[in-house]
Amino acid sequence: MEIKYYIGLAVALFCIGIIGVLTRRNAIIIFMCIEVMLNAVNLLLVAFSKMHAAAPVGKSMPSVVSDAQIFVFFIMVVAAAEVAVGLAIIVMMYRNVHSVDVNFLNRLKN
Amino acid sequence: MNNVLQIVWLIPFLPLLGFLINGLGRKQLSKTLSGIIGSGVILISFVISLWVFFNVKGGNTHVAHYFNFIDVNAIKIGFDFQIDQLSALFLLIITGVGLLIHVYSTSYMHEEDSKDFAKYFSFLNLFVFSMLLLVMGANYVIMFIGWEGVGLCSYLLIGYWFKNTSFNNAAKKAFIMNRIGDLGFLLAVFWLIKKLGTADYHTAFDIIVNHKAATFTPVDVTGITILLFIGATGKSAQIPLYTWLPDAMAGPTPVSALIHAATMVTAGIYMIARSNVLYSANGAEISRNIIAVIGLATALLAASIALKQNDIKKVLAYSTVSQLGFMFIALGCGNYTAAVFHVMTHAFFKALLFLGSGSVIHAMGGEQDITKMGGLNRYLRITQITFLIGCLAIAGCPPFSGFFSKDAILVGAFENNKVLWVLAVFAAMMTAYYMFRLYFLTFSGKFRGTHDQEHHLHESPTAMTLPLIILAILAVIGGFVGVPHILNGHNEIATFLQPVIPIHENANPLSSSTEYGLMIGTTVAMFIAGLLAYLQHRNYVAKENKGLGKVLANKWYIDELYQSIIVKPIQSIAAFLNNVVEKKGIDGFVNGVGKAVNYGSRQARLLQSGHVGNYVLLMVIGILILFIVQLFLK
Repeated sequence: MEIKYYIGLAVALFCIGIIGVLTRRNAIIIFMCIEVMLNAVNLLLVAFSKMHAAAPVGKSMPSVVSDAQIFVFFIMVVAAAEVAVGLAIIVMMYRNVHSVDVNFLNRLKN
Repeated sequence: MNNVLQIVWLIPFLPLLGFLINGLGRKQLSKTLSGIIGSGVILISFVISLWVFFNVKGGNTHVAHYFNFIDVNAIKIGFDFQIDQLSALFLLIITGVGLLIHVYSTSYMHEEDSKDFAKYFSFLNLFVFSMLLLVMGANYVIMFIGWEGVGLCSYLLIGYWFKNTSFNNAAKKAFIMNRIGDLGFLLAVFWLIKKLGTADYHTAFDIIVNHKAATFTPVDVTGITILLFIGATGKSAQIPLYTWLPDAMAGPTPVSALIHAATMVTAGIYMIARSNVLYSANGAEISRNIIAVIGLATALLAASIALKQNDIKKVLAYSTVSQLGFMFIALGCGNYTAAVFHVMTHAFFKALLFLGSGSVIHAMGGEQDITKMGGLNRYLRITQITFLIGCLAIAGCPPFSGFFSKDAILVGAFENNKVLWVLAVFAAMMTAYYMFRLYFLTFSGKFRGTHDQEHHLHESPTAMTLPLIILAILAVIGGFVGVPHILNGHNEIATFLQPVIPIHENANPLSSSTEYGLMIGTTVAMFIAGLLAYLQHRNYVAKENKGLGKVLANKWYIDELYQSIIVKPIQSIAAFLNNVVEKKGIDGFVNGVGKAVNYGSRQARLLQSGHVGNYVLLMVIGILILFIVQLFLK
């Protein structure tokens, strides 16, 4: 498959994520959208890695092929940890204001 | 000879010491003590001045150098004292007449609090100190210190009764008018230093006489002499800066005597007589003509105003302005000796007249209006006789002192210009008229004051009459030092002043018959004027002034003129600057900056909404902009 489809998918996912973040007020959905954006980037990373591995420049570089895929796994692991922290924050928020609406979080003002 | 130089600094130093003692110890000193200190220091200065006078009589001149006052690069201005015939004569006038005024003051001011009494004497001493410094300085810079000093002291003394607003205004007027003149003086000194590199009389005059500086052109001479004369118009109360002097009557009467006779107003005459080399140099003819014209105009204007004044001190004040005009006529004719001579005789009779008027005011319990006096001869015998002598002297009746000095001026004027002479004689006639009007209104006829005042009338104490008697004697004999050759005199004063003011031989001197004729003519004119005054005011009845008389009584409306053409426009400019430029312009700008910052930050604060969504949106927009810049604008 050509790389442009991967890029198109990744951009589409990223835009969906951004729009979601900007428009929704529910903290959990925003959080999910952020995950979508993260994974769009992950997808791109893997896609470019595959592209370079399929058309090696000159001699074969086996390390390059596997590097990005390993990175992606790491990212996913770290993201999972991050999700745990983020969800914990949302839970705490719900306990305090009995809502997960981000518009209640305007205490940065003043 | 060196003895003189060693001791001469004491002459100005002692009055300064008296000023410090009286000024600092005014709360502790008793009236008697501050009077003794105040007069004592002047007495010692007078004795030293006498000694200096006899020392320089032989023709010696000295310059005493003390330290470098200004020493920058090429300009060296020393703190030097000039001891020569001219300064010695002025020293005698200042300390001698000053001493008599001090003694008189001890009695005249006796009703003041002891604190104010000491303050008064300290100012009086400071005045004498400044004037001595002015006269003794050996360069224009030291003269300028004294010049400013007398300006300050006149302010302090005219406004001595500072609780009265109009007196304060008179003091401010004197100070400001003097400042205008001082500017001219200062510019002249700068010009001189710029061109000749020195302000020393000796060096500067040497350069001018011997044409040592090629860059010093007649134009410079004209400019410097005119600027110096502007300085003199301020100090010596000439048109257009004379109006402060009549207002200076706000001060205590002895202060008026001091200002009019011994100090202050003679400064301008002294300065020009001192600069006689400059005023005789090539290029100064224009300035001399200006001086003569201004002097004549002042003499006529002031004399005409004096005809209709009813305040005893105002009449005397305008007579001073008029007499100063005579002195300037003499200076303008290049007749410096006559001017100095008239300064001297004027110091005697004007001090006498002022102190006499003080005695009258004292007896009348503060009343100064001569229309409310009359018949005082029965009560104030000594004052009346001495005052009469003063009147005769100022009117120029032979053989009183004023006759000789005024004759010297008039003869000089006649040699110069016949029209000048005629007008000057007319001014002299007016002098005789208003002085005898003053005399007859005050001393003869019936008493026109209240019964209370009449009961209170008394002769003044000895401390006041003694100076009157001494001054009267001087006013009688003072003229004999300048008896002209035609009357078998030797004109000692001209000979005495010769080292400073060279006698210039007239190419075609007047014949004796002409000179006799002038003398008799002026004397007869004055007698007629005096007689007229007697006939008109022997039995005075108050009547309304009409026509010209009203204009004269209102001093030609000069004060009103100045008020409307100078003071009012300046005040309206000031009001404009205050209300528009200051309040709207500068305040508007300053407040505008503050308001703009305030407004800007209030708008900027709206960005900080606290909505996370907004922040994210802005962030995305920012990223997009960066992206676009990266992609398309590279």
